[in-house]
Amino acid sequence: MTSYGADLLVILPELIVVGAACLLLVLEPLTPPSRKELLAWLSLGALALCIGLTGGQISVLNLRVSAFSDLVVVDGYARFWKLLLYGVTGLTILMSLPYLKAERLQLGEYYGFILLALSGMMVMVSGADLLTIYLGTELMSLSLYVMAGLKRSSPRSLEASAKYFVLGAFSSGLLLYGISLLYGVAGGTKLGAVAAAIGSRGFDDPLLLIATILLAAGFGFKLAVVPFHMWTPDVYQGAPTSVTAFMAVASKAASFAAFLRVFVEGLGGLKADWSNLFLLLCLVTLILGNLVAIVQTNIKRMLAYSSIAHAGYALIGLVAAGRGMGESGGASGLASVMLYLALYAFMTLGAFAVIGMFRKGGLEGEDIEDFAGLAKRQPLAAFLMLVFMVSLAGIPPTAGFIGKFYVFMAAVEAGLAWLAVVALIFAAISAYYYMRVVMVMYMREPDPSAGEVPQLVASPALTVVLACAVAGVILFGLFPNPLVSLALQSVLPLK
Amino acid sequence: MTDLLIKLIPVFPLLAVIANGLFGRYLWSHDWAHRLAWGSVGLSFLCTIGVVADVLRTGTAHEVIAYQWIFGGDLTINLAYLVDPLTCVWLLVVTGVGFLIHVYSVGYMHGEDGFTRFFTYMNLFMVSMLLLVMGNNYAVLFIGWEGVGLCSYLLIGYYYDKVSAAKAASKAFVVNRIGDAGFLLAIFLVFINFKTLDYTKVFAQVGQLSPDMATAIALCLLVGAVGKSAQLPLHTWLPDAMEGPTPVSALIHAATMVTAGVYMVVRNHAIFDLSPVAMETVAIVGGCTALFAATIGLVQTDIKRVLAYSTVSQLGYMFLGCGIGAYTAAVFHVMTHAFFKALLFLSAGSVIHALSGEQDIRKMGGLSKKIPWTYRLFLIGTVAIAGIPPLAGFWSKDEIMGHAFVHHHYVFYGLAALGAFLTSFYMFRLTYLTFYGPSRMDHHTEEHVHESPMVMVGPLMALGLLSLVGGFLGFPPEHGWLHQFLAPVAGVGGEHEVGTGLVLTLMMIATGIALLGWGLAHYLYSMNPAAPDRWAAKAQGIYNTLLNKYYVDELYDVLVVEPTKKLGLALDWFDRVVIDGIVRAVGTMAELGAAGSTWAEKHVIYGGLNIIGYGNHLLAKQWRQLQSGMVHHYAAIIIAGLFLLAVVIQLIVQR
Repeated sequence: MTSYGADLLVILPELIVVGAACLLLVLEPLTPPSRKELLAWLSLGALALCIGLTGGQISVLNLRVSAFSDLVVVDGYARFWKLLLYGVTGLTILMSLPYLKAERLQLGEYYGFILLALSGMMVMVSGADLLTIYLGTELMSLSLYVMAGLKRSSPRSLEASAKYFVLGAFSSGLLLYGISLLYGVAGGTKLGAVAAAIGSRGFDDPLLLIATILLAAGFGFKLAVVPFHMWTPDVYQGAPTSVTAFMAVASKAASFAAFLRVFVEGLGGLKADWSNLFLLLCLVTLILGNLVAIVQTNIKRMLAYSSIAHAGYALIGLVAAGRGMGESGGASGLASVMLYLALYAFMTLGAFAVIGMFRKGGLEGEDIEDFAGLAKRQPLAAFLMLVFMVSLAGIPPTAGFIGKFYVFMAAVEAGLAWLAVVALIFAAISAYYYMRVVMVMYMREPDPSAGEVPQLVASPALTVVLACAVAGVILFGLFPNPLVSLALQSVLPLK
Repeated sequence: MTDLLIKLIPVFPLLAVIANGLFGRYLWSHDWAHRLAWGSVGLSFLCTIGVVADVLRTGTAHEVIAYQWIFGGDLTINLAYLVDPLTCVWLLVVTGVGFLIHVYSVGYMHGEDGFTRFFTYMNLFMVSMLLLVMGNNYAVLFIGWEGVGLCSYLLIGYYYDKVSAAKAASKAFVVNRIGDAGFLLAIFLVFINFKTLDYTKVFAQVGQLSPDMATAIALCLLVGAVGKSAQLPLHTWLPDAMEGPTPVSALIHAATMVTAGVYMVVRNHAIFDLSPVAMETVAIVGGCTALFAATIGLVQTDIKRVLAYSTVSQLGYMFLGCGIGAYTAAVFHVMTHAFFKALLFLSAGSVIHALSGEQDIRKMGGLSKKIPWTYRLFLIGTVAIAGIPPLAGFWSKDEIMGHAFVHHHYVFYGLAALGAFLTSFYMFRLTYLTFYGPSRMDHHTEEHVHESPMVMVGPLMALGLLSLVGGFLGFPPEHGWLHQFLAPVAGVGGEHEVGTGLVLTLMMIATGIALLGWGLAHYLYSMNPAAPDRWAAKAQGIYNTLLNKYYVDELYDVLVVEPTKKLGLALDWFDRVVIDGIVRAVGTMAELGAAGSTWAEKHVIYGGLNIIGYGNHLLAKQWRQLQSGMVHHYAAIIIAGLFLLAVVIQLIVQR
């Protein structure tokens, strides 16, 4: 019983988040419609508690604690991702406050779903067993399916939700098949057992090949990696913008976290093989994501393809880790992925926050053309968007540059200079579509016949989100050291 | 003390950026905005003088660490400055010429929309440019490099209501990004080889570099330099960049930013010296660009475009100088070019200002009486760039050409000499068409012609003076003050004594070439004004090719821009509307693959279809109205991707 209590203590942050989510769902009907913000503040309170708990362990960052006979593990790696996820979730909630009001979606359960999704993500990053990770993935995804469809009056939103659900269920199936095959190989689903069973076997064993590819497809779907990306633009465009931001940042980060852990801790023995596999995925992702983004006219769709492309850049780090010679090679590759996603979070959240509050006659202004002349009407908002776009394009001294720098550096160190060249060329191409937004904002007047001119509706909560995002983009661009050393310290050991 | 001054140099414009950028629109008038802008650059210039005086006195380079930027693992990068003689030259040019151009802008931009915005961007450019030349490592250089690119983008697109300006801005940005990719790769290679990015440490152990690696790094650097300095084949953005306001063309696209490529090559000459291949490439790029751009300049009719092609061509000379090892001469030419090209651009701006915005030289003429000061100063610039002694351009250009001849690069000497002839010709053509002959202005414009205010003419006079006497900093040739100053950093490669006779002969030939160009221009555009059209008609094909800039833009559109867009559209279409044929093919493939392993068929395909069917059933109503069946396609793609992956990986494993 005492050991059980100790186990529960290990997952205390998860318990708090789930408890808060349940509490929110209970309180929701009791809260008058005009006071729904209280629920948001409650969830922020729960998050603050979690940040305190996990952040308090930062001094013992690499202390590895496992619970429930190794189903769950809390190590530096999990702590890194959890802290990122708390931050992203908190900013999403703040961003949602004004957004939901403007969209007249005063739904208390929204915050409950965010917390449930967060708890799923926390299980994902802490799972040390394939089934635990799977459960976390499902918890996260189910919540996201609902959230994508919350804008009930919009057919697009419903379509997005349905599409996401059907395809998500499909990809979960693939993931499960992969897990079941690995179970067949290893006789267990714990990552340690899988690693021991694989030993020195390779892809010449068809069972392992198929299992790995199924896992890659299952995770690839969540990460929006080509060719498993088809849902991304439709869902990103249709979902409420705050949800899109949450999906693009938190869900991607958590999926990457679980994905890296499975492939490093469980399938590390196959790294020479899977690095080829991911090299392939990474290349097609970079090519398709960047090229298709060029021709988009809807900014959310453009950012969807941009998010696909960013998954491609992050994959470079994993490929490099797989190829990495010696101990440091692998570590720097993995750390670069962690760093990349953490930095990507700030700029993407910021961009979506601007888009979410961009109002054109009560509706969202989603077309890139809607941004015409923003610099004249609202210089500060336009400048913030400029910073986010510049950072997404990877131009120094912003955070986006630091992220790309470390990823490309890892590739060159792993002897993949040509991959770095390809990625650099696509990064150059990406400047075109990011800068188009800047160009429209700064160098074009709105079409006078288009009717009402879109405006950015400011609010205190949004100001906080934008301030955090822009501070993250600029400060981590100028002082990346704390984050870099945190990522390097908390990286998983790759054998 | 000197360390503090060094740190302060970029701080003043940065403060001005922050002040004007955040509060300029609300808190103070245009008067204070511009005072802040040029005042801050002026303070930087004063600091620069202090620093340069100290470097001159002590003869040592200063290295100052401002703060630690990145470190983690084995990577340490500081925001640190290295001020050695090479940096000093650039600092003087950037802050000195920059200051004059800022002052000029006060008059030129008077009454324009976004006056404060203009000065904010200009100061931001100064900060970036200063970082670029002051950094003590590649990372700071790269930040400055990207920063000047961004400011150039913002300033080219300054008149954003002009579609052409917005397009030119995008073009400049994207073309430069291609160069940046090469530069960034070079940085990675440097780090892999030396485990540091600091210049001093890198150059100290440069000897251990294998020749192949040196070539690779040097060529990657060159790609970056070619992009920034608008050399062949990435030159297309610079002429279009003339859409920006004229002070921008003078500061960014003539005097400072575009010479960053030269700075980079000279700074890295230790690496270039190791690779004869890379040196040869630099020389070829430079020589060809010098001639190529000069030929285009012969027929252009926009006053600023002629100057733009002339800039591309002069930058070609600088690269040629670097390529044949005449680094000091290249730096010397950067300096004199900054003087006379800024002068030419600003006088052109004064002409445009006088003519209420007219830039077409076919609609000018006879201006020498109406705007005498602008005319005199433009003439000084023309004589200087044409290479007629004793003005500034003669000394530096002659030194590059002389070096080529003395070191037996006769082909390059020929290219440069021909280019010099053309330069002299098109510059005097420009002068004749603008200032002499009958007036071709329309009546309304002619009435309003006026000399520019003192705030514009003053800086012009300062630049005119520099163009007149600036060349004597490098006098006598190869042993001037500048040469001694730069000797510690710009490696005097393969110096051997040349007889005075040969030097004098070469000087006379160069002068002769310049005078010949003048003579031809005089014949065609002053004595015999009908001749140019006759000549053009005779050589219609060549004339049109030149007028259309050798169709390079069109070629790039066909080869790169359109295919990329089409591919994007095609992939987009593929993503959105997956046609039946593909789906069917995918289905067949899926089945083929599935047949191989029964479990897959039983579980994956049927399982998938069941889920899809269920999902469809669940939401059938909304579903059909929207995009019936799309999810099938998406799922089919996932399956197809899965099997394709399996096949490809299988192939890789078997190999």
